[in-house]
Amino acid sequence: MLVQKYYESERFVPDKEMDACGLFGVMHTGGVRFGGRMAIDAIKNMKVRGSGLGGGFAIYGLYPKYKDYYALHIIYQNKNLAAKKIVETFLKKHFYVVFDEEIPTNPDIRLFAPPLAWRYFVAPQKSGVEEDVPDDEYVISKVMYLNSEIEDAYVFSSGKDAGVFKGVGFPEEIADYFMLEQLYEGYIWTVHSRFPTNTPGWWGGAHPLSILDWTVVHNGEISSYGANRRFLEMHNYYCTLHTDTEVLAYAVDLLMRRQGLPIEVVAKIFAPPMWEAIRYMSDDDIELYTALRMTYAPLLMNGPFTVIVAHHNEMIGLTDRIRLRPITAGARGELVFLSSEEAAIHAVCPDLELAWTPPGGEPVVVRLHTKDHLRSLNKSI
Amino acid sequence: MNGFNVKFGFRDNFLDNLQPVDFLYHTRVSTNGCCATINALGLKHKELNDLLRETVLQGSTELVINNVFGQRYIGTRLFLPPEANKLHIEVNKFPGNDLGAFLNGHQIIVHGNAQDGVGNTMNSGEIIVHGRAGDVTAMSMRGGKIFIRDNVGYRTAIHMKEYREKVPVLVVGGTAQDFLGEYMAGGIVLLLGLNLRQGEPHRASYIGTGMHGGVIYLRGCLAEHQLGKEVGVFPPDDRDKANIDRYVREYCNHFGGNPDQILNERFQKLVPVSLRPYGQIYAY
Repeated sequence: MLVQKYYESERFVPDKEMDACGLFGVMHTGGVRFGGRMAIDAIKNMKVRGSGLGGGFAIYGLYPKYKDYYALHIIYQNKNLAAKKIVETFLKKHFYVVFDEEIPTNPDIRLFAPPLAWRYFVAPQKSGVEEDVPDDEYVISKVMYLNSEIEDAYVFSSGKDAGVFKGVGFPEEIADYFMLEQLYEGYIWTVHSRFPTNTPGWWGGAHPLSILDWTVVHNGEISSYGANRRFLEMHNYYCTLHTDTEVLAYAVDLLMRRQGLPIEVVAKIFAPPMWEAIRYMSDDDIELYTALRMTYAPLLMNGPFTVIVAHHNEMIGLTDRIRLRPITAGARGELVFLSSEEAAIHAVCPDLELAWTPPGGEPVVVRLHTKDHLRSLNKSI
Repeated sequence: MNGFNVKFGFRDNFLDNLQPVDFLYHTRVSTNGCCATINALGLKHKELNDLLRETVLQGSTELVINNVFGQRYIGTRLFLPPEANKLHIEVNKFPGNDLGAFLNGHQIIVHGNAQDGVGNTMNSGEIIVHGRAGDVTAMSMRGGKIFIRDNVGYRTAIHMKEYREKVPVLVVGGTAQDFLGEYMAGGIVLLLGLNLRQGEPHRASYIGTGMHGGVIYLRGCLAEHQLGKEVGVFPPDDRDKANIDRYVREYCNHFGGNPDQILNERFQKLVPVSLRPYGQIYAY
């Protein structure tokens, strides 16, 4: 139902029903690819956490045939073909486009104002001064250009062998719309049912937010958004999607890919221990945590959050340091789950072997071909 | 901003496409005398709670709910006339948030883990969880008893309260995460730490932050900096010991274990040192 009249401000959300976002992630640590059934059923089980104003999936191991090329998922708002033309001219100039097609959708699924969604498999075509720029940096700079300079065109995802499918609706509707269950397989699936945090529900604002192969789904509200955004702008990340979670995707890319910090350290930058807690640590830890807090103060994520961050070979669950949003991890054999609610894991995996809840600020790191996720077990309940 | 200067209406994910309760009663419930078995597979939380109420109004007093996967508010809308029988509800296996919210006199037994908000603003009755519970267990609880076999999450017993003879009790067999007893205003919390190793401190920090009433009995050890500023540690007196004795025995009745062995360890009593810890801030 469209209501057009009495909303004075786009940031005003009427009849706000206080739901929370639902998050779910599942990974096969053996790298075996599987369909979307578990992710879809689990997020359906947590339907009360969503609002029908947004939902989305990130899938890894998605395009084995094109795994050496950057897979750009680009949407054109209002099905703006002029924007598409500009984008494609731009892509032709800066990339070798090996294949492109419209992302197949199911016309029977009615969603709010679906944009035109297209995917391009590209390799960088560098010239002049840009020849020495590493591929990833090159792609990021072009994605930032497209997002910020071309009206009505937004890059949903830009990683190799990975992709994001998202939009306005319940996540199971988004899955039906993009026919995820029938068409795709992956070894990591993360999914989000979104309540828009102080932002309009629109296709680009839905989660997962991504840059290169990094994706973030987020439950909560990042009240330090302004400070984080300004810091990221100094590193050439521009926030264009009107939603707080975007900063997390870029911060993860900056810290983990560019600066090469391990997630265990990044977790302590986003959710650092209180000064009070640092005081009781060993001398080495005092030095480390003081340095981190001072160096990366503008990347402290304030406010309540639970995130599931994923990239190739890794899926990470993290909450804020006083856990104002829930997370539960579970495992059966090589399948590892992260979820807002434990019952959703049991609903899709009846013979679950382990379920645990880490303390605030303690990441659960699921890595390919390891049992690293069990490291948080001892500190958990 | 995004090309759309429109909003679209909120979609009700609680009330859309609900199955009628009569239909559910005939397809989901099998009764045997006053016992009823309910199959909750795939039901929305409103459907399940409607169905529970209908089953009770049809005369069942012993309910077994199977295939529970995350349905919320189980036990909430079962307010019955004061002279009515109290219900005995068994939940298999994974109830959703706010299990037994506003619970009024009934007994709920969970054979599995519970999620967040167990016993939210519970008035009377009993919740027994054969597993662990999530965050804000016993939030704002005002009467009755909750027994959790294993651990509990953050902010357990936040703003628990008491009034005259109504004193809520929470017994936790394991340990708790941070902010145990935050803003606690009354009631009794027992934290037994049965799954901790010898000499391993409890997990919680900021215990009793803002606490201004009630008491926490703690078995096992604790570093001083784990306590909030508003609580003091004292040895239990005779009345405390009688309380501890009584509830440890009840815990063992539910979950097994040797009460004498548990009682043999040292207990500490945590009580607030001020009745109005924030009086200076908010007084005007």
